Amino acid sequence: MTRAEWMGLLARSAPDTLTACLAGLGEMPKHSWLRAPEAGSVMVQGRTGGVGAPFNLGEVTATRCALRLEDGREGHAFVQGRSRDHATRAALVDALMQGTDADVVRQSVLEPLATEEAAHRDIIARKAEATRVNFETLVRGEDA
Amino acid sequence: MYVAAKGGEEAIAAAHTWLAEARRGDRSLPAMSTAQIAEQLALAVARVMSEGSLYDIDLAALAVQQARGDLIEAIFLIRAYRTTLPRLGSSRPIDTGAMICERRVSATFKDIPGGQVLGPTFDYTHRLVDFALAAGDEAAAAKIAETAPQTRSRVSDHLGREGLLRDEPRSDATPPDLTRTPLELPAERPLRLQALARADEGFLLGLAYSTQRGYGRTHAFVGELRIGTVQVAVEIPELGFAIDFAEIVVTECETVNQFTGSRTEPAQFTRGYGLVMGRCERKSISMSLVDRALQWQELGEDNVGAPAQDAEFVLMHSDNIQATGFLEHIKLPHYVDFQAELQLIRRLRREATEAQMEAAE
Repeated sequence: MTRAEWMGLLARSAPDTLTACLAGLGEMPKHSWLRAPEAGSVMVQGRTGGVGAPFNLGEVTATRCALRLEDGREGHAFVQGRSRDHATRAALVDALMQGTDADVVRQSVLEPLATEEAAHRDIIARKAEATRVNFETLVRGEDA
Repeated sequence: MYVAAKGGEEAIAAAHTWLAEARRGDRSLPAMSTAQIAEQLALAVARVMSEGSLYDIDLAALAVQQARGDLIEAIFLIRAYRTTLPRLGSSRPIDTGAMICERRVSATFKDIPGGQVLGPTFDYTHRLVDFALAAGDEAAAAKIAETAPQTRSRVSDHLGREGLLRDEPRSDATPPDLTRTPLELPAERPLRLQALARADEGFLLGLAYSTQRGYGRTHAFVGELRIGTVQVAVEIPELGFAIDFAEIVVTECETVNQFTGSRTEPAQFTRGYGLVMGRCERKSISMSLVDRALQWQELGEDNVGAPAQDAEFVLMHSDNIQATGFLEHIKLPHYVDFQAELQLIRRLRREATEAQMEAAE
């Protein structure tokens, strides 16, 4: 999993789920802010016809922050929604992924989040598939 | 002489405490949580996000509650809140082709790859009030298929290959943003689409319907309608890469329209496009019809004077917050304005009476 992938996974995760995953890691290390959490918005772009020229569709709320652990590791977060705590937790996980803790963090935080996200997407796709129309061809006339 | 009138503070405060009590409703009933609104009135919440032009489910649900279910009031709250948010960036254009669809239908091609997927639709229900629902529906459960494709390709990609569909040239131009620079005319298509994406659903529905009834007829078919989740990617400049920081539900509609050609364009199918944040199917279909009608100039069509072809009429009246702000302000005190009107009418009547009397003498 690349850094962009885990930062995205943390950003999209439900705040409560991330909190629960972090509980397994014990107490979080102390940190200082490089950029304190700031809530704002991102303008989402679409394309004309889905493929053409970009246009502004509307905004989505987002919160970003950056922090440094006492050992110097830096963590960044840019998460969906307005939760400063969620952004802080995501940045802590990002910082912890920079060093020897990476394997433990991957196992106890990133992998469960990835599994949950994949399962959620899969269930939506399968519910959709269950509503797929199977056309029956009615053969009519003398050739039948 | 100008006389300023003050007062009403106590009346206003009392009105607001009554509003709060009325919002809570009968206290022998349990209070609703915003989570319940988000889950069980999801389409009301979606409309507030779409027309509030801010995707945040918790916030929109709270606004619906605060506004007692008055969706335009809720949209107003979201628009006001939006102005307090710093802009952290702009996303890359979303890829609706990579959507995880919960619904995807085409009215023009029966056998599209990926199939006709109905999703949780009201279509084909009998529109009979379900009295059993009043007693709850805890047993409701969706059917789940064994396996499913994750994404379903766009219908226009298939028709486009034959060259029968008007090309939608790709560009990476920075689009205009009406939240930063007030909308001015003439408006290019990206600016029009931004305005339509946040426009009032009812207004767009009425305009779209008018084109179907003959006011600028464009012969629209729904080439594809899809609802589902897409990833939103934003660049993180300090790290030098982009992350998919958000997942949002959008509704996309593309119409294909019969077009017999003009002085500048060959006969082909043209397109109308609707894209709306949230599950807003009626609005996205309406948006695509209005988008198509507004393209008359680019396509070299005649302006037949239909309301939906008039960009100024459409774009300047489609925003329900602008509209309701101006409309509702006329109920607020206009005592001084009206005093002047009264004096004018009295003077005109007096003058008319005096003129009659003079004529009689």
